[in-house]
Amino acid sequence: MFDLSGKTALVTGASGGIGGAIARALHGQGATVTLSGTRAEALEQLKASLGERTHVVAARMDDAVDIDRLAKEAEAAMGKLDILVNNAGITRDNISMRMKDEEWEKVLQVNLTGTFRLTRAVMRGMMKRRFGRVVNITSIVGVTGNPGQANYAAAKAGLIGMSKSLAQELASRGITVNCVAPGFIATPMTDGLTDDQKKGILSRVPADRLGTPDEIAAGVVYLASEEAAYVTGQTLHINGGMAMI
Amino acid sequence: MSDIAERVKKIVVEHLGVEAAQVKEDAKFIDDLGADSLDTVELVMAFEEEFAIEIPDDAAEKIQTVGDAIGFIQSNAKS
Repeated sequence: MFDLSGKTALVTGASGGIGGAIARALHGQGATVTLSGTRAEALEQLKASLGERTHVVAARMDDAVDIDRLAKEAEAAMGKLDILVNNAGITRDNISMRMKDEEWEKVLQVNLTGTFRLTRAVMRGMMKRRFGRVVNITSIVGVTGNPGQANYAAAKAGLIGMSKSLAQELASRGITVNCVAPGFIATPMTDGLTDDQKKGILSRVPADRLGTPDEIAAGVVYLASEEAAYVTGQTLHINGGMAMI
Repeated sequence: MSDIAERVKKIVVEHLGVEAAQVKEDAKFIDDLGADSLDTVELVMAFEEEFAIEIPDDAAEKIQTVGDAIGFIQSNAKS
């Protein structure tokens, strides 16, 4: 089950903790992967550890021209694109009273607009081939909200609405569009939290631990597989029971 | 010229699964031939491929009938 041999995948934000795990998992199931992100060096390192069937196309998700180039180069490198994992995302946390327009706009631009642009750019090939899997990495906070993250939560909630709309547009063409919503996952981002902060978070997680990037990647593999053909417009929450929606 | 019309009609028949007799020049893709909005996008993509042309979005929006498509391609196709 969930064999991805012969499939091709593009993962954005692949230099991050979760993105790297997703790329590794898709590759492990047999897919050819293109790693994208802004940190070319980290991408090359991941490529070296994955070995063959791996390509790197660095790109900025806040640049429309760069996004179109990414779509073209990924398709050219792999010959086609079956699976798109929109994982790239940034945070610019601030309480709303203090949040600057730039902080709001930057997060919306990268996390939401960039994802839409890239998905639009790869749709054509998927439509022609009557097969496509789009998996958007959203977040628990897109559903529950989080103080200090009005911008991030808005962008992540936006991804869910966008995915449902795309899912309806594309379902008849064999293309599914779903979201994976991680809860608190152990990554370099959460390593920066103090013990008190971690304790506070864990008090809200019935599983009483942080999740791992591999646990997110496993959800992505499922949604990217042939077996998940009848699942579309859904959000898969992977959060240790932190929110049950 | 009629060659273009034949090729356009063939694509429409294949893509929308309609009878060739229905594909008249004044037939509207959506109202008369049962296309949905995604079908019209795919038809434009198929025309672009068949005739090696680019149909910009604003031109694509104006292509509503079989005759519109033939007309646009006749004035823009190289082959």
